[in-house]
Amino acid sequence: MSMLNMSDVLETVNMLTEENLDIRTITMGISLFDCVSEDENRFAEKIYDKITSKAKNLVKVGEDIEKQYGIPIVNKRVSVTPVSLVGGSMSEEGYIKAAKALDKAAKELGINFIGGYGALVQKGMTLGARRLINSIPVALSETERVCSSVNVASTKAGINMDAIQLTGRTVKELARLTKDQDSIGCAKFVVFANVPEDNPFMAGAFHGIGEDECVINVGVSGPGVVSSAIERAGDCSLSELSEIIKKTAFKITRMGQLVMREASSRLGVNPGIIDLSLAPTPAVGDSVAHILEEMGLEQTGAHGTTACLAMLNDAVKKGGVMAAGSVGGLSGAFIPVSEDAGMIDAVKAGSLSIEKLEAMTAVCSVGLDMIAIPGDTPEAVICGIIADEISIGVANTKTTAVRVIPAYGKKAGDTVNFGGLLGYAPIMDIKPLSPEKFIMRGGRIPAPIHSLKN
Amino acid sequence: MRAVVTVIGHDGKGIIAKVSKECYECGANISDITQSVLREYFAMIMLVDIDDMSVSFSEFVDRLESLGNKNGLEIKAMHEDIFNSMHRI
Repeated sequence: MSMLNMSDVLETVNMLTEENLDIRTITMGISLFDCVSEDENRFAEKIYDKITSKAKNLVKVGEDIEKQYGIPIVNKRVSVTPVSLVGGSMSEEGYIKAAKALDKAAKELGINFIGGYGALVQKGMTLGARRLINSIPVALSETERVCSSVNVASTKAGINMDAIQLTGRTVKELARLTKDQDSIGCAKFVVFANVPEDNPFMAGAFHGIGEDECVINVGVSGPGVVSSAIERAGDCSLSELSEIIKKTAFKITRMGQLVMREASSRLGVNPGIIDLSLAPTPAVGDSVAHILEEMGLEQTGAHGTTACLAMLNDAVKKGGVMAAGSVGGLSGAFIPVSEDAGMIDAVKAGSLSIEKLEAMTAVCSVGLDMIAIPGDTPEAVICGIIADEISIGVANTKTTAVRVIPAYGKKAGDTVNFGGLLGYAPIMDIKPLSPEKFIMRGGRIPAPIHSLKN
Repeated sequence: MRAVVTVIGHDGKGIIAKVSKECYECGANISDITQSVLREYFAMIMLVDIDDMSVSFSEFVDRLESLGNKNGLEIKAMHEDIFNSMHRI
């Protein structure tokens, strides 16, 4: 085989050294179905034992791959079967013991987050699922690394408004119980519509019910690489820009595919999916908002932002699909506020409102993510924010999610700071109008019709 | 197995000699070199065989990196598969 092309080699090295290219996460999905027990101590023990045995080499293998290929793998994580599905008979205390077992396992493995303390209640709620949801505030505030998600709606089932009422209360309670850390508990809890069951990204990762015993899913990243490629392209049409983004996404994803192949074979588990994502971090040069600005917006939030993002998101998927063996998860551009330097600036400048963010979520990955709102936001308003976002997902047959932080004791204009990859965020202004009567009606919003599309 | 060694930095005397010496001491066999100087910048890519090395690949990576640090160069060694997967369909 001939020598590699010099400019190709330098391009790769430059992506890694100058443009923050990394693999955002390798996440091991582990089934907990064989951990079922009617005894709560035994249940927690089986969960701990299974996770620490299946994933015992996860961090080591990740680090070996980083060294061999020179690719940073930022996070090594674990997702498990939604705990409510395997702990149906548990009391709230029993579930909390299981959460502590997950936390202890994460610490033992040296991973920063473990996901799957959740429930799927899009159509109805079992007693076990209700007890698990009720336990979330205590479970997440008394643990450090456990992440939780609840799926409250799907395009096929409609929207479970009773579940939304519960999750609104959960968010408020989490904010209160973790008030000493800027309500960080809320950053570990996501409410979903049409949740993917193979997502490697936190806080929403869990190991779905139709999955293998154990798999490796990989989440790629690379906003800095896309942004630089657009910058280099200079003045060109959007058709040309779309090609450039596709080619860049292809290259990024091929790297993810390589890491998945290596990680799954070294760990002796089946390869799962690649999540084709542009996942920002608060670091300079790692922002999705800056890509949009490089594409030609004065600042993210300007009229045109939704169109710009829709094109970016589509091109990333088109390029990535060809590079990956199997695609899944959340796949698309993420637009969290606190984790993206450009988003933070846009909010601070008053250019980006929660309403615009909501519109943007109709055309890209996930949803209202890592948005800090005033601590005195009423529960019903939080339920309203969740219901709005969820209905966008349900009506458009896509995943949407809400991760809002009503920062306890803080008001619009203040800042919350979580540190690390979770970043910091200015607190956004929220309309004070009450949706309480609508929310408190409860029941279910029926599944939408999928003909007569307008 | 082969690895790609990239050396980037300001041009100066003896860069190839120093990097080759380190490869030799680690037991890496150089199978191809391409090198150029663009203005004052030196860029070199070496393809090395790493099957019979006397040190682990991870030690090789660290030794080259510290050689680079001592000489004001950025030296990286990566498995060739990353380049093949990124640039070849």
